[in-house]
Amino acid sequence: MENIRYDLITALPEIIIVSMAMFILLADLFLKPANRIAIYVLAQLSLLGAAYFTFSTHVPSVSYAFTGTFVDDAMSDVLKLMIYLGTSLIFVYSRQYIQDRNMFRGEFYALALFSVLGMMIMVSGQSLLTLYVGLELLSLSLYALVALDRDNAKATEAAMKYFVLGALASGMLLYGMSMIYGMTGSLNIAEINTALMAGPKIHSVLILGLVFIVSGLAFKLGAVPFQMWVPDVYEGSPTAVTMLISSVPKLAAFAFVIRILVLALPSLAVDWQQMLMIMAVLSIIIGNITAIAQTNLKRMLAYSTISHVGFLLYGLMSATINGFIFAMFYVVSYVLMALAGFGIILLLSRKGFEADKLDDLKGLNQRSPWHAFLMLIVMFSMAGVPPTLGFYAKFSVLQAALAAGFLWLVVFAVLMAVIGAFYYLRVIKLMYFDEPVDHHPIEAPMDMRIVLGFNALALLVVGIMPEKLMEICIYTITSSLS
Amino acid sequence: MLNYFYHHILSFTIWVPVLAGIAVLASADENNPNATRWSALLGGLVSFLVSIPLYTRFDFTDGGFQYQEGFSWIPAFNINYHLGADGLAVPLILLTSFTTLIVIISAWEVIQKRVAQYMACFLIMSGLMIGVFSALDAILYYVFWEAMLIPMFLVIGIWGGPNRVYATVKFFLYTLLGSLLMLVAFIYLYLSTGSFEITDYYKFAMPLNVQVLIFLAFFVAFAVKIPMWPVHTWLPDAHVEAPTGGSVVLAAIALKLGGYSFLRFAMPIAPDAAHHLSGYMIALSLIAIVYIALVALVQKDMKKLIAYSSISHMGFVTLGFFIFNNLGLEGAIVQMMSHGFISAAMFLCVGVLYDRVHSRQIESYGGVANTMPAFAAFAVFFAMSNAGLPGTSGFVGEFMVILGAIQSNFWYAFLASFTLIFGAAYTLWMVKRVFYGEVANEQVAALKDLNKREFLILAILATMVLALGVYPQPLTDMTNATVTQLLSQFTQSKLPVGLGL
Repeated sequence: MENIRYDLITALPEIIIVSMAMFILLADLFLKPANRIAIYVLAQLSLLGAAYFTFSTHVPSVSYAFTGTFVDDAMSDVLKLMIYLGTSLIFVYSRQYIQDRNMFRGEFYALALFSVLGMMIMVSGQSLLTLYVGLELLSLSLYALVALDRDNAKATEAAMKYFVLGALASGMLLYGMSMIYGMTGSLNIAEINTALMAGPKIHSVLILGLVFIVSGLAFKLGAVPFQMWVPDVYEGSPTAVTMLISSVPKLAAFAFVIRILVLALPSLAVDWQQMLMIMAVLSIIIGNITAIAQTNLKRMLAYSTISHVGFLLYGLMSATINGFIFAMFYVVSYVLMALAGFGIILLLSRKGFEADKLDDLKGLNQRSPWHAFLMLIVMFSMAGVPPTLGFYAKFSVLQAALAAGFLWLVVFAVLMAVIGAFYYLRVIKLMYFDEPVDHHPIEAPMDMRIVLGFNALALLVVGIMPEKLMEICIYTITSSLS
Repeated sequence: MLNYFYHHILSFTIWVPVLAGIAVLASADENNPNATRWSALLGGLVSFLVSIPLYTRFDFTDGGFQYQEGFSWIPAFNINYHLGADGLAVPLILLTSFTTLIVIISAWEVIQKRVAQYMACFLIMSGLMIGVFSALDAILYYVFWEAMLIPMFLVIGIWGGPNRVYATVKFFLYTLLGSLLMLVAFIYLYLSTGSFEITDYYKFAMPLNVQVLIFLAFFVAFAVKIPMWPVHTWLPDAHVEAPTGGSVVLAAIALKLGGYSFLRFAMPIAPDAAHHLSGYMIALSLIAIVYIALVALVQKDMKKLIAYSSISHMGFVTLGFFIFNNLGLEGAIVQMMSHGFISAAMFLCVGVLYDRVHSRQIESYGGVANTMPAFAAFAVFFAMSNAGLPGTSGFVGEFMVILGAIQSNFWYAFLASFTLIFGAAYTLWMVKRVFYGEVANEQVAALKDLNKREFLILAILATMVLALGVYPQPLTDMTNATVTQLLSQFTQSKLPVGLGL
């Protein structure tokens, strides 16, 4: 009895989210369309409640629940808090957009909360099975969200692509997990590690399993050569959903990678290091070069995400504590940048008009100097130009890679970053150097403008004072990996 | 209060213009551009006044870093906010705040479009460039160095000529490529020494092959900025397309960032590599001096001509660095300062003509001296100093470098002295075609002479050029101790005994 109570308290944030998601689905039936705003408030409140319990029950030590399949450590708590924050921003940014497109319904918020739940389980999974269940919950919610606007043919197509390829990747992941299970006799992360450390196993089977696992992970991250779905899904989905797909799930995916590769399979580090290395280099090449040719802003950001994932893998492939710390720093920075970037697209969109072409940004400096300035910060941050946050993110992962001895890979990444700078500069060129074509005044709710302002300025402010964020990452990784 | 100011004087010189820029931007009113102009002028003036004590309180006997201040900035990487300036940095800092003031005045009625953003860009850029000159922490330096690109990118792109987008993107990408390699060098040095302090790097011994790689990484970054042949091609494009203010800042200060950084980083950190590769460096400098001067000769566009002339003059600077003697180094520093004034003045002169006729082509003019006698007097004076006429600042630096080069190798001096002929040829030929002869067309006939504002800035610059030419001692007194110290760093081998210089 004592045990069950303990388990439930440990998973209290998850329980809050799941009950609120179901309550929202139910409440939606009884609400008049005019009062739907209540659902939005409820969704925000449930994130707030979960955040409160995650924060107040936080202890630096590690504790396990549900017979060791669920873990509550610094990494899970910190990443969960960031997931709540990110999702809450998404809700703020997307409210007007989904209202205009007739998607402002209970399903949107329920599905989004279910995807949050999936991410929470991913960051807290201590068994391969829990991790997998979390991942599937996240993916299924996202597939449904992409197709939520069912009259939109492009979105439906994107959802199909996402689902078919995603299911394939999940299958690969599961297959790889089964091989690891076969060799070690356990699904528990810590036990797998002990079993592999204990004695020799059939190396080739382990490697085969590892290849499948890494492929599955790479698909979810969107790393080359498993990136095919990324541009199509980004472009096809409603922008509010694209923002959700591109941002917070990366935090969960990061935890997923750390749990499986670093905590369960550190004895295979040499092997996954090589796989990550190849994917990192390819992602940076393909992401940066293909982005140049895009005319659609969402597609361009999709390729930009691919190259960011490449840089993230630079941190992970170093396979050092510092590398993981800096990789986490990179993910957090990336999420902040992606939210602000998509936030601007949502801001410029209005009923019947999607601001998803690059040309829609033309002359933004004349239409609204303030928002042009915010986008300028986002673009320079993505390009990694100081004094923005993106600079420290790139700087630190490259430092980790150099410390691990990858001198020429670092030089290569740096050259690719110059190519990358080109397409970010093009966005700035459109905003600042060209005359506007669209003279429509920018209409957006006040709360969105304010939050977006804070979000984008944070890239500058944290870029000038990155110490706090770095301390959080150091604390998280060192206390979870020791 | 005053004491606090004197202890943080470098921080004030950096952040006052930056904050002034933000204030101008925030208080801007589209309908009242004059208020914006006056507030920008006030900001520029205060920034300049704040930098003056750097000169008056300077200790002329100390060759090391003065006005040091700092605190730990990012402990996770051992990055410090550490500032300090020596006899090399202080003149360049003063030049920066002075030039910014000139640029603000020169833009007065010329810039009508988005005045606040223009003024703010220059004020912020001024603070960032002073940051580059005074940072003693590699990452702090790098942040200033890169951040400075952003306002310059916008200045060329928003207020530039017809081909501005090409020019500004090229400028940005060239510089970014070079500086990212420098960043890799910094990370390497950090991993080896555990610190980003520049002074720690000075003490760090490395084998020759490592030194060569480090030196080359720095070289790419700084050679692009100076610019040295063959990575100079961004400069003519950027200059031609930039608005007058942009050209002035590029020529007067941005190029000096490269020269300064050679002396601050590349040469003291990798002295053996600098000696090892000095032959190549001198060759590149001489190519810049001779070949680029010939290229300048055939230009039809006045701004392009001055841009090439800048590259040629900066060749003198790098030549002075790599002959490793007192005279050469000091001459190079004097040349940097002098070129700062002269090139700024030359670009302002072109700006004066361009504002009236809207053409930079030499062939659009002729006989301007008939309609603008006062302006012609100034222009001829600056052209003479650009050609290195004795009595002007242009002469002092070039003469010192040539003297230094003779000490090192007669043929270096012989080739370098060609510039006195070519320099005179391209500048004076341009002056002849633009200012003398018959009045060429109706537009020239209708020209009005300088207004008070233009007269004021050209007169100030002419005074500086003349003062530095006749009496360069205040500057050389300042640099003397630092030059001696720098040279001792350059000549101190970091290799094991017996393998040294």
